[in-house]
Amino acid sequence: MADTVNQDAATPAVGVAFADAVERIRRSSEYVVIPLLALIAAGLLFSIFLLALGHSPITFFSLLWRGGFGTEFSWQNTLVRAAPLILTALCVAIPARLGLTIIGGEGALVLGGFSAAVIAIPLVTASAPNYIVLPIMLVVATGVGAFWIGLVGMLRHYRGINETIASLLMSYIAIAIMNFFVEGALRDPGNPNKPSTLPIGDANMIGNVPGLGVHWGLPAGIVVAVALWVLMNRTTFGFAARVTGGNVRAARAQGLPVGKLMVTACAIAGACAGLAGFFEVAAIQGKANASLAAGYGFTGILVAFLARQNPIAIVPVAIFLGGIAAAGGLIQRRMGMPDATVQVLQGLMFVVLLVSETLYGRFAFFRPRGDKR
Amino acid sequence: MNETDIGAYGVPLAMLAGAIRVSTPFLFVSLGECLTEKSGRINLGLEGTLVFGAMSGYAISYLTGSPWLGVLAAGISGCFFGAIHGYICKLPKVNDIAIGIAMMLFGTGLAFFFGKPFIQPQAPHLPSISLGFWSDLPQVQSALSINPLFLVGIVLAVFMWWAFKNTRWGLIIRMTGDSAPAALAMGYSVDWVRFLATTVGGFFAGVGGAFLSLYYPGAWSEGLSSGQGLMAVALVIFARWNPLACFGAALLFGAAGALGPALQSVGITQGYYFFNAAPYLLTLFIMIASVSPKRSLKGAPGELSITK
Repeated sequence: MADTVNQDAATPAVGVAFADAVERIRRSSEYVVIPLLALIAAGLLFSIFLLALGHSPITFFSLLWRGGFGTEFSWQNTLVRAAPLILTALCVAIPARLGLTIIGGEGALVLGGFSAAVIAIPLVTASAPNYIVLPIMLVVATGVGAFWIGLVGMLRHYRGINETIASLLMSYIAIAIMNFFVEGALRDPGNPNKPSTLPIGDANMIGNVPGLGVHWGLPAGIVVAVALWVLMNRTTFGFAARVTGGNVRAARAQGLPVGKLMVTACAIAGACAGLAGFFEVAAIQGKANASLAAGYGFTGILVAFLARQNPIAIVPVAIFLGGIAAAGGLIQRRMGMPDATVQVLQGLMFVVLLVSETLYGRFAFFRPRGDKR
Repeated sequence: MNETDIGAYGVPLAMLAGAIRVSTPFLFVSLGECLTEKSGRINLGLEGTLVFGAMSGYAISYLTGSPWLGVLAAGISGCFFGAIHGYICKLPKVNDIAIGIAMMLFGTGLAFFFGKPFIQPQAPHLPSISLGFWSDLPQVQSALSINPLFLVGIVLAVFMWWAFKNTRWGLIIRMTGDSAPAALAMGYSVDWVRFLATTVGGFFAGVGGAFLSLYYPGAWSEGLSSGQGLMAVALVIFARWNPLACFGAALLFGAAGALGPALQSVGITQGYYFFNAAPYLLTLFIMIASVSPKRSLKGAPGELSITK
């Protein structure tokens, strides 16, 4: 702010730059401190919930730590879950910059992964090499994902349909489409237990990052997150998108192509979720089946809100929530609690986090100097 | 049961029966949502409320042996969720749509958490009233065995339609929904009216959930509701915030939901999963056909964030 510079006009230039930097860190720390406070509050509320049910919160949180971050194996498990979460969170965060609340990442993930598995079938039967199969799968998965969420953006812009409801409805439709084909025409006859498509074959599976025990989806997710941060914060497109998110009428008055921006942002978002589906198929499942709809799309919503829709912040938050999900199994076995325990904790975190929105601007510490409200 | 063969007529009949059976939860959730939206706030969390209501209704019915106590418990738990939503939305800078999403995930999570022990046991069901005694066809008889909650829903829809028009409370709710400043000027607390509307709306959604677990499909499972609470939100927009139209729309949605099972009952099993998607597709197409970006919707509450 200009007024802070004026106040410090007497100090030397280096001092001003330093004071400015401190000031900026102090003010932006609000966006870290308040979500952290919200997480702690959610943890306390959840402890009360556990105590009321006769479980020990200390055991719970120590198991959470051990199952998510305590050992090398749990770290691997955590990172494998964080990879799709980064991408599905981006599916929420990018449209959110334009003021759109998209919650249909699950559908784009499922349909992207499913179409990648389907396009692989003729290629695998023709025994095409993996350097041909994988890029085609990748393009199809991201393309289908982009089309799916892009359609939500188009419905929103051209027909005025609420994007939140439309995207969730389209998730259910996507899952129904996959079930329809997987249970019917495209069902692998060699797999009687669980209806699935034909496997893409071991030769076409993406391996792990050497020395990490985690598939390539994680570095890919991080690269995409960084690239989208640059796109949203350092390009004209990102600026136009943020203007639209701030005030649609102002954006229209400026002659910004609001419709194009919305559809493009939604398509980018869908491509991210489709990419997550690609990695789920090509790195983990090896085929498309009901396991694709594992709820990554829904946890991704929470990741994006916790990260305040910032693509870079999504990476650590996704690892954090991936850890909580990874610990679910251990908690279930050791404490005899249902598998939905993690879901309750996540839901509680989400609610408390949104309540904490009301705290922004309430603390004098984070306000610019001289602002005496 | 000895089925008399009535051929292709079975499909429309089964759809009618299905419409009556499947529409009840839609009806209750949409009436609850209609009330909340009329007061100028949107509660997307009714999906979570519906699932939790289904669980608590089933659990209480199992534990006490009385399905009607289950319905009451479901309604009260719905009230509770509505009250949380209503209270949080009173705080400044909180987005009602985001809170709705969070409550949806939280409610479903809680329902799955507490519902684990109730997946296996069989709870007493709600009774039904047979109105098909005049017919010899078993299909007609089964189509017209109607749950009392369906009739309660019809009465409620008519009552709400009348009350919005003719009572003081109806006027206050409509005024809060159309213009918060006007309500403030008249000396009513906007937050308080909306809080009450959301809480009562939650009660209706909870009762709708109890119907799911206690009558049709009639058992508690984790896949009991898939988006019915959310479709009901879209249904309210389609019904233009008119409780009577909500009833018609709920019947239509019920018929769409019954399409898959109806075709299956006459032996068409191909594409069962595809017909399962019919209600979602119908919702989407209805929204495409009935919403326009060019004009604001007739009857839409002016304060509603979703139509702005």
